[in-house]
Formats: sequence, structure tokens, C-alpha cells
Amino acid sequence: MSDKMKKLTVTRYNPETDSAPRTQTYEVPYDDDTVVLDALNHIKDQQDGTLTYRWSCRMGVCGSCGMNVNGVPKLTCATFLRDFEGDITVEPLANFPIMRDLVVNMSDFMEKLKRVKPWLIPKEEKSIDEGEYLQTPRQLEAYRQFSMCINCMLCYAACPVYGKHQDFLGPAAIALGHRYNEDSRDGARAERNKIIGSGEGVWECTFVGECSEVCPKHVDPAAAIQREKLANVLDKIKSFILPRGSSR
Amino acid sequence: MSLTDPVVHDIVLVGGGGAGIRAAIAAVEADPKLTVAMVSKVYPMRSHTVSAEGGAAGVVKTENDSFDLHAFDTIKGSDFISDQDAVEAFVKEAPRELLQLEHWGCPWSRDPDGRVATRTFGGMSTPRTLFAADKTGFHMLHALFQTSLKYDRIVRYDEQFVTSLIVHDGAVRGVTAIDLHSGKLLPIYGRAVIICTGGAGKVFPFTTNASIKTGDGMAMAYRAGVPLKDMEFVQYHPTGLPGTGILITEASRAEGGYLFNKEGDRFLSNYVPTKMELGPRDLLSRAIIEEMEAGRAFEGKHGQYVHLDLTHLGEKKINERLPFVRELATKYVGIDPVKQPIPIRPVVHYCMGGIDTDINGATPLRGLYAAGEVACVSINGANRLGSNSLTECLVFGAWAGKHAAQYVRQGGSDSSPAPESIARDEWARIERTYLQDHKNGERIATIRHEMQDAMEKGCGVYRNGETIQAARDKLLTLRERYGRISIDDRNRVFNTDLTAAIELDFMLDIALAMAEGALRRTESRGAHQRRDHKGRNDQQFLTHTIAHRTEDGPRLEYRPATITRWQPEERKY
Repeated sequence: MSDKMKKLTVTRYNPETDSAPRTQTYEVPYDDDTVVLDALNHIKDQQDGTLTYRWSCRMGVCGSCGMNVNGVPKLTCATFLRDFEGDITVEPLANFPIMRDLVVNMSDFMEKLKRVKPWLIPKEEKSIDEGEYLQTPRQLEAYRQFSMCINCMLCYAACPVYGKHQDFLGPAAIALGHRYNEDSRDGARAERNKIIGSGEGVWECTFVGECSEVCPKHVDPAAAIQREKLANVLDKIKSFILPRGSSR
Repeated sequence: MSLTDPVVHDIVLVGGGGAGIRAAIAAVEADPKLTVAMVSKVYPMRSHTVSAEGGAAGVVKTENDSFDLHAFDTIKGSDFISDQDAVEAFVKEAPRELLQLEHWGCPWSRDPDGRVATRTFGGMSTPRTLFAADKTGFHMLHALFQTSLKYDRIVRYDEQFVTSLIVHDGAVRGVTAIDLHSGKLLPIYGRAVIICTGGAGKVFPFTTNASIKTGDGMAMAYRAGVPLKDMEFVQYHPTGLPGTGILITEASRAEGGYLFNKEGDRFLSNYVPTKMELGPRDLLSRAIIEEMEAGRAFEGKHGQYVHLDLTHLGEKKINERLPFVRELATKYVGIDPVKQPIPIRPVVHYCMGGIDTDINGATPLRGLYAAGEVACVSINGANRLGSNSLTECLVFGAWAGKHAAQYVRQGGSDSSPAPESIARDEWARIERTYLQDHKNGERIATIRHEMQDAMEKGCGVYRNGETIQAARDKLLTLRERYGRISIDDRNRVFNTDLTAAIELDFMLDIALAMAEGALRRTESRGAHQRRDHKGRNDQQFLTHTIAHRTEDGPRLEYRPATITRWQPEERKY
């Protein structure tokens, strides 16, 4: 590593001793390859073992290391120090309760994810012995993008609606519900709609689009939300103008 | 008080990756009453299965393929010390498990007719590897995790760091776990325990493995008296990015990529002429090291490397089949593979060895099961073929879950909890071992780096008696120095300094088992290549290394590998 140095101002919060979050500044060596996560690891290994954060794969796919870097939600394993002029601030993801330092409590998302039923509820039951459900590349393409969500929570940290209304299902959960709704093998849109189309669902979204801006995997949750809104409206219109099925 | 009230489930599962979630689902489906505690030090979707890229093998398409062919490829790939009965059972179950994943929504890539698509992986003689572009592990893990959410009887204990197995009266009764959110020790009792914590790549400095891959489950079982099998076999993947070790999937070669040295030669023609880029990983990694030693590799700031060239595949194919490779290369080495070759070098990737299990996932300890990379059945022998491991997670995960459920139904390890003192003693051990404040104590990072350095020097692609011995001696010194560590963090909530210290403690045990196994195996086989003992010695070493933990270090014994229908032959490609 070169002898170039960078200052990182990091949020510190220890619930056992601090009444509110504070900041601490560290200086780290860096070169063109250094990412923010490397800098945090350098601090933890060499300077201060109490610095607390989550990380794992360091290749942008496990979704653990999301933090606000200079105010913007980022995967720190994919955010290079070289891209910043001057000092860098590293904060926990916004809109979540802080558990300690850079670790936020994401239990709320884990609950919401389950509520959208993010699993395949097949249109037609088929046994394993009958082989796979056929799905053409085009049908796969219809939902593929929405299946790329790594649950990193960057979209929630960027979402102004979630910041104000914590009951909002939020971008990732809706995108994942949409992923199954768009899957040609699935037949449970009406069921998911009970939650996705509810007051806590798509109608809370004011279409700011920040979620799609920060998404590191180009899932475009804002598009998922818009499409679910449209599908909801069409469902309502259909149920209004089409005759009800008879009970025979 | 540093303990919380114990919780009780029928099965306690440690680890929430591919094998773990598959085991959990299999267990709750096998018995409508049973509950599974799924205990993981991370949220399950963070597990390292997420990083697997290329695919999962199984004879789903029977045109030009057969179970025997998949079995033979696997056995030859293993350099003939996989257990052939296990391999045969594995290949037969593989297609069913892959289709099960399809039924659970996994977005497998498709052929134009809507069937699942396949590609040819290294050492496989036909296209039998299913894939989801080049994010197969990610999609499998998320499909499994999301599917698991529909089972209320899978009770998650997220971010709970398991420190030990509770063993009483010769049977496993549960685990002790540090609840990271509170910092307290939680005893979790069960009538069976399944370990699915993955491998231990982090004992090496340069690895594709995530930071969580610290061999916890292997070490816990080892300490509870369960032997580790074949630990000397550590796979180097031929194509990692210099510097970070980030994996560039074998699928890039399956899709037609070439390897070139600095002279512009497709040098594999000198090593694996019939398979070229689709040779098995051990041979390709060695070939690259040979090119480096012969001065035919490039020099870069992170050492020597060769080129993986995808430019002739074209942008469309790369975007469709290898989008993650493009993203990773662009981001981490500033190379767009559409336009330029990717610099790559061999990197530690996978532990063939692990907890000694049978085909059902059962270990010699009553009530304890294991599956996935943490376990050694063994289907992988001395060298695993690419794309067999994701399938292994499914097949053996499901079997371990099913058999653990059966064991519980038949009574399991006695349901009366083990004495409370076990958990209290474990907390006392944690305080004594990790939380003591030694004056001028050593930083754990220092010891960790020295351990990793020793393993790279002693137990790399090529080994010899002297270098292994030096690594082993170094590990013994480090173990002694470990007694004088001092961590900075003495708080309770989310103490990752403490968990890193425990992980290092685990890794020192694992590293020593690897080094000891390597030292005593005086032959060259698969991923274990000794310059002082060239060539295979089937007379003496058609065997598994079985390592038992003792106070004086690993005690080794040897068990013959099971040969059924395929006699060992010279391994040429």
C-alpha cells in the first residue's frame, strides 16, 4: 500500500455507554485499490478493535456492508477511496435504528419480506417427477431484474417515505413481491396484492425514485412499485366493469 | 448474569447457507410436528453460498449423459479417493434436488424451448451444469431462504454466534451461542444438531472465501471429539483476481474463455491437452504456477498473473451469460472483459476435507449431523469438480435434515436438557480465554496474519516436507502466543472483536489439522502436491486421513477409500 493517507470520520455508538451517536476520526493509508471496507478493516485490525460493522463477501453480493458514505447509501466493499476528494464520513444506513457504530437493526425488513410471500406459489401443482416448469428465456427476462435484490437495505436508507412512515413495506420487499408476481410459474398475485396493494404497500410511495438511484444491482424497485400500482388499478377497473362470476 | 434462559427445539441447525436451509426444509417436511432452530452468525442470505457463481451439476438431461458418467467424472476428478458408494448415491439424487430448486422458484437460465439450460464445467465430460447466469449460488440461496420463510416451524436465530456444542452422556444436546444483539450466551437445546457452517478458506491469506468462512463448525465438532477427514486437501481455484482474490467463475471458461501466458500461448496444451481450459481445477492451478516459475507469466503490483481472455465471446454473450464477471472485473481491476483479457491467478477456494460423515450426514457423535463444505462424506476426495459443491449442499443437506428428523422421531438424544452447568462453564471459558486483559497482549490480527502467511508458504499449490514442517512449527508457536491475546472490545452488544478472536481460535485448530495431514501424506494426489513425494502412492494412500484432536495436536489414522466399480487409473486429461 502506498503512503497516501485519508481521514475517515466514522459514527460511533455504544448503547452501553453512549446516550447518542458521536463521531471519531481515523487516518488510514490507501491506494487506488482501497475500498471503504478495507479502510474499516485496517482500523479494526491495526488501530481500534472496538469499531463495529458488518461485512462478509467483499465482492458486492452478500449485502452485508451497506453504510452511508458521505451521506449516500453505498456498499462499502465497492466504494473506492480514490473516488473521494478530501475526508470521508462513514455513517450507518439512514432510516434504521442503530444497534452499535455502523450496525443497524434490520429486523423490520425481515418481517416485511415475509409478509409479501416471497416464494413461488405455483399456478399449477406439478410433481418433481414430472420435471421442471417450462419457462422461456423471454418469460425469465420478465422478472429476472427483480430477482437480483441482495437485501442490502440501501434503498430503505435512501427512501424518504420509509424515513417518515416506518409502516411502508418499502422498495426491496415490494420489488421481491413483484418478482414472484411476474414469474410465469407463479399464480398468487391476488394473494400478495392484499399486502402490496394495501395502505402500507405501493400507495405510500410518492415516486421519488431514490431507491433505484442507489440500488447497487440495478433492480429498479421504483419501476416494480409503479408496475404494481398499475396492475392494482387495472384489477380494480376489471372488477368494476366486468360482470361477477355466477355462483353456479 | 451473562446467560439467557435456554430455548429448546427438536433440531438445532448451525448455519443458514445452501446446505443448512435445505436441511431445515427437509427436516420440517419429514415430520409435521418438529421445529428447527436455524442458528447463524449472519442473516442467512449473507451466507457464503451467495458467492458461488458458475453452476450446479446433475444429470437432469439424459441425452448424452448418464449417472455413471457423472460418477466417473467425479471419481476421476477426486484422484480416486472419493468414496464411490457415496458418489453413486449423490449423482442419482442430484437431478431431483436441482428440479426441486426449480419448483421453489430458482431462476435457472433456460434454453429457447423453456427447459433448464446446461453448460460444461471443468472435468465434466458433457454439459450437465445448471446455472442462473453467473450468479447461481446467489439465486439458489435466495430461493432457498425465501422458500424457508413459509415454514413457521423453522425458527431463525439470526446473528447468533455459536461457540460450542453441548455434549452430554455421549450425545450432542445442543449448542451455546452468543446473541450478538445482547452479548449474552444463549443455550439452545435440541435432540439433534446439524452443522452446515461451510469451509475454512480464511486460514489462508488469499482466498475467494468470505470473511465468515472461518471453519467454526469443523472446529466445534473437532473439539467435541468428532474427527476431521482429509483436511490436507485444499482446492486452489485457477482464476481469482490478483489483490482481492475475488472469484472469476469457471463458467467464463465453460462459455469459451481462454487462458494465455505472457508469450501469448494457450499454455494448457502442455498440461491438459484434451480438456484445455475445461481441465479440473487442481491441474489448471498447477499449470499456472508452473508458467509463473518458468517466467512466462505477467508481473503486476500484486505479483504474477496470467490472462483469462473472453474478448472473442463478444459483448452479447458476456452480458447474457457472464454479467457478474464483467461487473467484478470492471469494478475491481478496471478491466472490461469485452475489450481486454482479465488478469487472474490461483486462489484458495474450497476445503475438500471436513467433519467425518457418512452418506446420511451422520457423524460418529450420536445426534450430530453435518452437510455441505463443512462435511466430508467424501464425494470430493482429493479434488472437487466445479459445480458439484452446490449440488452437494442440496443433496446432503436434504439427507442430513431427513435423517436428523428420523433420529429425533425415534427419541433422539435424550430430551432432558444437559446440566445447566455446561452453559455456565462455557461462559467462564469465554471470559478466561478471550476476554482477559493481558498487559501488552498481542493483537488478534497479528496472529491471524502470521497464521495465514504460514499456511500459504507451507500448504500452497506445491508443498514439500520442509515447508509444511515450518508451517506446522509456526502454528504451534502461534497457538502458544494465542494464550496472550488481548482484545480491545469488552462491551456486550455486537462484539465483533470477541467473535473474531473465537474465529481465530477455531482457525488455528483447523490449520494445524491441515498441516499435519499434509505432512504425513507422503505422496501427491489431487490438490495435495508434494515436490518431495511426486506421484500417487495407491499402495499406501488410497485412504482417508482421519484426524482426532488431542492436547498434543492432531492424532492421525487412515481409513481405506471405498472403491466399488471404478479402479484407480492414471489421471490424464
